Amino acid sequence: MRLLLAALVMALSFAAQAGVKIEHWVAPSGARVYFIESHDLPILDVEVDFPAGSAYDPAGKAGLAGLTAGLLEDGAGDLDEEAISSRLVDIGAMLNGQAGDDRAGVTLRTLAYPKERDAALALLQLILGKPTFPEAVVAREKTRSIAAIQEADTRPDAIAAKRFAAAIYPDHPYGISATTDSVERIGRDDLVAFHRDHYAAPTAVVSIIGDVTRGEAEAIAQSLTAALPAGQPEAPLPEVKLPKAETIKVAHPAAQSHIAIGLPAVRRGDPDYFALLVGNYTLGGGGFVSRLTKEVREKRGFAYSVYSYFAPRKLEGPFQIGLQTRRDQAGAALKVADDVLARFIKEGPTAAELAAAKQNLINGLGLRIDSNAKLLGYLSTIGFFGLPLTYLDDFPARVEAVTARQVREAFARHVKSENLVTVIVAGD
Amino acid sequence: MNIKKAWPIAVAVVALIAAPAAHANPFEKRLANGMRVIVKEDHRAPTAVHMVWYRAGAMDEKDGYSGVAHVLEHMMFKGTQKVKGGEFNRIVAEVGGRDNAFTSLDYTAYFQIVPKAALPKMMALEADRMANLRLTPNDFASELKVVMEERRQRTEDNPQALVWEALNATAYRAHPYRRPVIGWMDDLEHMTWQDARDWYRRWYEPNNAFLLVVGDVEHEEVFREAARTYGRIKPHALPVRKPQNEPVQIGIKRVTVKAPARLPYIAMAWKVPRLTDVEHDREPYALEVLAGVLDGSDAARLSKSLVRTQKIAQSAGAGYDGVVRGESLFVLDGQPAEGHTVAELEAALKAELKRIADEGVTADELERVKTQVVAAEVYKRDSMMAQAMEIGRFEASGFNWRDYDKLLEKLRSVTAGEVQAVAKKYFGDGSDDRLTVAVLDPQPLDESQPKEKSGVAVRH
Repeated sequence: MRLLLAALVMALSFAAQAGVKIEHWVAPSGARVYFIESHDLPILDVEVDFPAGSAYDPAGKAGLAGLTAGLLEDGAGDLDEEAISSRLVDIGAMLNGQAGDDRAGVTLRTLAYPKERDAALALLQLILGKPTFPEAVVAREKTRSIAAIQEADTRPDAIAAKRFAAAIYPDHPYGISATTDSVERIGRDDLVAFHRDHYAAPTAVVSIIGDVTRGEAEAIAQSLTAALPAGQPEAPLPEVKLPKAETIKVAHPAAQSHIAIGLPAVRRGDPDYFALLVGNYTLGGGGFVSRLTKEVREKRGFAYSVYSYFAPRKLEGPFQIGLQTRRDQAGAALKVADDVLARFIKEGPTAAELAAAKQNLINGLGLRIDSNAKLLGYLSTIGFFGLPLTYLDDFPARVEAVTARQVREAFARHVKSENLVTVIVAGD
Repeated sequence: MNIKKAWPIAVAVVALIAAPAAHANPFEKRLANGMRVIVKEDHRAPTAVHMVWYRAGAMDEKDGYSGVAHVLEHMMFKGTQKVKGGEFNRIVAEVGGRDNAFTSLDYTAYFQIVPKAALPKMMALEADRMANLRLTPNDFASELKVVMEERRQRTEDNPQALVWEALNATAYRAHPYRRPVIGWMDDLEHMTWQDARDWYRRWYEPNNAFLLVVGDVEHEEVFREAARTYGRIKPHALPVRKPQNEPVQIGIKRVTVKAPARLPYIAMAWKVPRLTDVEHDREPYALEVLAGVLDGSDAARLSKSLVRTQKIAQSAGAGYDGVVRGESLFVLDGQPAEGHTVAELEAALKAELKRIADEGVTADELERVKTQVVAAEVYKRDSMMAQAMEIGRFEASGFNWRDYDKLLEKLRSVTAGEVQAVAKKYFGDGSDDRLTVAVLDPQPLDESQPKEKSGVAVRH
């Protein structure tokens, strides 16, 4: 009882001081800007994202989005890759371009002292607006990318991930992974065109956190995006169709089976999201205290790692259960996981489990936003997917409002057994 | 130009690092039972990182018992005489926290990251399991299976991890660093619950541990709470630790690992000095800077020369950690690019060292490494856990956190001449005698032949 009270008091005190103030505006360039001012440390973090993730790879050229994002810093304006990397390193800045499923972009972390900051931002501006994709670099990075794909295709975890994506997203870009052939087909012209069409000011989302003022942030956002291409109007992604339930087995000599169970489940901003989040905590999201961990790991010693998660995307992102177990007990471990899931879908969380889930999610919010690096993750996600600016402030109330019935109904709507796909790599 | 650019950072950061020191932050107190308490106040967010570090890691194990330090780490979550199994995890989750533990060659550490109001509860629970762990044969048998799954996941099915395991087991004949932290599978198969209990009784003592708290706390309050919790535990005499120094290596050693993979992989390790005296040592700092020149940033030599220019490597890296209880290796590793062999890559990696031994490093390169060191210190301030890890690892390796700023200062004082001198001394003529090379020989995936590395089914 004392503990419960303490938890409630903490939740209240957190709500009182949460107050992460997100400022939002549209730059003259058309880019949407999200900003948190924080002067505690001499650090500035900037992320610029575009709807340019692998979902936008042209047919037959899977891997183009990733190559484009990765090669932005390998030549821009008059600078070659060596000049760019040494300039960044000389000022202690870290810059990274990468593509996810929906979005692609560049993150920059720099010291906020004017000299270092201005030099770092000038490089970021050049990289975003004027990448040169030198022919020789494209050829080299294609070769490295192909070697990495071939290497990944020998690893049971990577094989399971690719087969799972392909199986739950048949005929959809979310299910397509880069292959040797698809990367072979990519030429420099494709990178140039992909950048021109997808790295545009009107679709850019600029996230800024750190030791700058609102006025400085406005100037930074505008200068980063003013010279971006006009771009093409965003082509909508095809709708996600649900797969039919099936079990796919892939032979592999590994000591452990890699098992994935799941389906396309939920979009960003779905009204059921909080019910799924709270429910999944009990199912397999809550680390040591989840049902999957208790049944698969603690009671039976079947696995070191077992978990479940919802990964919302622009369109229906995956729900997945994952585990690894000694290959000769794959069947037994899978049955336990299936049973835990089926029972959870049917019965939902108990009152005690629901309360525990809410306590963890609400009380733990402060830990998830206690650094600029973590806040940047939320800021850019809120910005890119157009979530409410009050998302973090509303979080405790939204979690608190979830009922056991809402969890059951949300799971019934989003995790239907007739659509559940199971992939087993290296099972006996 | 580059040198001038780097100066303002260095100056500013010296100020940043020095400022807390002026207010005596971190703070330290020794409890009557010998346990040290280190508190670093950081009031940016209402969070506290609570860690207990034991100076007992895999290097303190004996042959036949490899992995027991790590198995005991798992068992520490199974409950005490007062607190049921799983209850600690449940309470941490309830307050919104995150908890875990890790075992290394040198130490074992437990941590919770919690809203600050939950700190006293964490201290009470952690102190409880320091003294009152309840080990049962059933819990042990079940958890041992989990640890074997962990070994399969981290090592057996990970070709590069197998190479590293083979590298250490080959480089060292006498020193305990030859054994893997996770343990040999055969040792795990024969481990008993009494082995874990003995380990716990031997090493889990307040006088073999230190408490570290970083966060939005008042140090005097933490000291008082520590005295009330950890302070009540009686100390015991610790076993004698033998040095087990590695005899001088008198010739190159080579080992090959065959595993399903596509690309070969090579790891090369030279025996070099570790840091023993923060104030007077010079070579460990020069070796650290050398590793930075080779692989400290995107502009470093190995990527630039081997991956981007010569294109003979898919990846290439360098590493040196002089802050250890045991011995230090200087390591180069990499995957050859398609169409190139490990022999070519081995020669090319060695050539990079020879180039530095012959020609030295440029002022720009040296300054770049120092800039990275300085910037990393600033960025670390954004994470309480990163700050805690910095202090904890340094302390657990036998150093005093008060010397950490000195270590940074010494790193910044390394000269180009010193870098060239260590390159010559440790990687020049005759250095092959202190070299161990481990190579991954990739095997095609023969899907009809599941591998059974351990050869024995688990019976526990």
